[in-house]
Amino acid sequence: MLNIARFAARATLVGASETIQRTTACYFHRSSIIQSSGSNPGRFEDKPEFPGSRSQYVSKLEFIEPESQEGIPVYRVLNREGNIIEESEDPKLPKEIVTKMYRDMTLLNTMDKVLYESQRQGRISFYMTNYGEEGTHMGSAAALDPSDLVYGQYREAGVLLWRGFSLDQFMNQCYGNAHDLGKGRQMPVHYGSKDLNFVTISSPLATQMPQAAGSAYAFKLQKKDNVVICYFGEGAASEGDAHAALNFAAVLDCPIIFFCRNNGYAISTPTKDQYRGDGIASRGPGYGISTIRVDGNDPFAVYNATKAARKTCLSQNRPVLIEAMTYRIGHHSTSDDSSAYRSVDEVSYWDRQDNPITRLRHFMVNQGWWDEEAEKEWMLDARKRVMKAFAEAEPRKRPSPEELFNDVYDELPPMLQQQMKEMKEHVMQHKEHYPLEQYEKMT
Amino acid sequence: MALTLRTFVSAVRSLSLQHRLHGRNVALVTSRGVHFSYVPDSPNPSDGATTRMNFFQSITSALDICLEKDSTAVIFGEDVAFGGVFRCTVGLRDKYGADRVFNSPLSEQGIVAFGIGMAVAGSTAIAEIQFADYIFPAFDQLRNEAAMFRYRTGNLFDCGSLTVRTPCMAVGHGALYHSQSVEAFFAHCPGLKVVIPRGPIQAKGLLLACMRDPNPCVFFEPKILYRAAIEDVPTGDYEIPLSKAEVMLEGTDVTLIGWGTQVHVLREVAEMAQDKFNISCELIDLRTILPWDKDTILNSAAKTGRVLISHEAPMTMGFAAEIATTIQSECFLNLEAPIERVCGYDTPFPHVFEPFYMPDKWQCMTAIKKLLNY
Repeated sequence: MLNIARFAARATLVGASETIQRTTACYFHRSSIIQSSGSNPGRFEDKPEFPGSRSQYVSKLEFIEPESQEGIPVYRVLNREGNIIEESEDPKLPKEIVTKMYRDMTLLNTMDKVLYESQRQGRISFYMTNYGEEGTHMGSAAALDPSDLVYGQYREAGVLLWRGFSLDQFMNQCYGNAHDLGKGRQMPVHYGSKDLNFVTISSPLATQMPQAAGSAYAFKLQKKDNVVICYFGEGAASEGDAHAALNFAAVLDCPIIFFCRNNGYAISTPTKDQYRGDGIASRGPGYGISTIRVDGNDPFAVYNATKAARKTCLSQNRPVLIEAMTYRIGHHSTSDDSSAYRSVDEVSYWDRQDNPITRLRHFMVNQGWWDEEAEKEWMLDARKRVMKAFAEAEPRKRPSPEELFNDVYDELPPMLQQQMKEMKEHVMQHKEHYPLEQYEKMT
Repeated sequence: MALTLRTFVSAVRSLSLQHRLHGRNVALVTSRGVHFSYVPDSPNPSDGATTRMNFFQSITSALDICLEKDSTAVIFGEDVAFGGVFRCTVGLRDKYGADRVFNSPLSEQGIVAFGIGMAVAGSTAIAEIQFADYIFPAFDQLRNEAAMFRYRTGNLFDCGSLTVRTPCMAVGHGALYHSQSVEAFFAHCPGLKVVIPRGPIQAKGLLLACMRDPNPCVFFEPKILYRAAIEDVPTGDYEIPLSKAEVMLEGTDVTLIGWGTQVHVLREVAEMAQDKFNISCELIDLRTILPWDKDTILNSAAKTGRVLISHEAPMTMGFAAEIATTIQSECFLNLEAPIERVCGYDTPFPHVFEPFYMPDKWQCMTAIKKLLNY
């Protein structure tokens, strides 16, 4: 009853005694005394009445030992050979959808190769590949409504691709040219699209998570038939923001899917240095969140889980946590060489033995929807498309240097008007020191 | 995080009592730790009928109007459902429902981030951080997220409909963690608007402006004024423009610049300087710290040639430094003396030493003497 006392003390000071009476009455009503049955008729047995309690008293001294509990199972639909394991779990996706999944996964893969290489050649400043995690992207994206709002971490380019972000738009962002929707302000891979309901990526980890919960709450109040999906890595889950997000979403009944891509590494840090519990999924029940762990390299398992999660969110106004187990086959980014902390054998095991693209291709071949010829033709086509977009984006000029000052506020305050004026005057007087030819003209 | 909450609430009640004892027009608040006389502002007649309100009631009134007129508006934070520890949200839950006025779990970063997300999704989010001293877990969300949202998305997304309200400044006994003036941290965050009102009329008009401004705002409420400051506040809807300082007293000899509680200290200093040195001081309430109103400050500095800037926050890197630099850069030849700063010391905010820490009227008088004798 400690809380009541605290509340009462506070409320008395501020003269809200009516509130206390109501609250106190409520507590006593809830903690009704239960009459036991059996050997001691008439004896009253109490239950813990602590606020929020819903359990029993015990007399045996016993700690909960996480090690003694079974690990949370991994839900899968397809085996590595691309066969449906349990017929009842087959999402029965039409050929066009599965083919789109496959094409987008491989197109993403092709774009990653080209942009990774272009960074190596010094043509863009930075890049992050999505290798190995394509199954989590397409499986989840396909299960959502395009009007559901996406908050990503940074390795979810496939979700955007699925929604229709063009190769052009990806390339323009990576070059920060005048066609970049983000106006050249952020590092490569910080994509965003208002039209595609994908909130622009920001670099700090996990900051998007409690924001996503807030957006979901707004959707609920607006009575929208939409959910928010928030992607994050198992490393980001260690941030305080992750805790705040899961707790807020649960307490405030937000229709949000928290989608954890557990890819084994946070830059170089393996999961054993990241957490001691059973992954991220084990945290869900602690927050009172409906939770599932899926095989992230199985696009159908991811699809089924996301689809069901979406339904739960909308029908029950509550969050769902999905932990998709996968593996980051690429380096963290172009600033990272993962051979310094993991073996080539380990990487190639996942690349060759448990790759989501291979698994889906097996399925399609098994269905008679795909063959070597189709593969060859598509891969050529994919490469051609990527190279075309790349070649077009590269020579485009950067936005006018004036864009340095816009959008800090909705309008330029006098302070920034003055600074913009000074910048322009200075640059025009010292043109030879500034790469003006790479930028669109200033007014 | 409000460890000394009960002490607080009882203290502000005693301030209110002091006010009632001292009558309507000039509340000479003399209880423990209070270091200024509160002179109520007069309402602008064009803002219509008025009601007598203290500072927290004027905040409630602003919130009430916002919730009533904007169906997307929500209020949340620690303990706001029952009315808030400073009583700013009393009655709003009953009036607008538990979906729109609700408690959040105890997590400042969560509160601000949740508000950002609501704003991004089209709601007007009014978040309360229980004390400004506890805003730092949310600093990342304010600095790296809220302040930059519009900019980094190329104006695709923004969280402009977010307002974060939080009590700030000294209260007489708040010590390290219930006394801080943290505005300078946020003044370094382009993209935010940072506002500090000096009394009930100002608080209501500025808060209404913040909640409707298309940029994220941090609104600091000087907690010592919650009950100590009482004015005839316009009952209806009105706004006071952001980024506009106010010349409260016109003068010719020395410019005094402050915000929040310190404005009241400076008002008394202006009177004392008139009596003692026979000089006329120009008193300016900066009101908005970011983006701040340079013109009003520079015009006054050019006119008087002598400037005193005073705030409770520590001297080093306090916002007075920014103002002083700008004045010397723009008004160098107008200055008759080096700009004086009377600020908190570069120490944590101390409990029993508060009378020695505070930039009180006596320190300000010493500074004025220096300005005159240079």
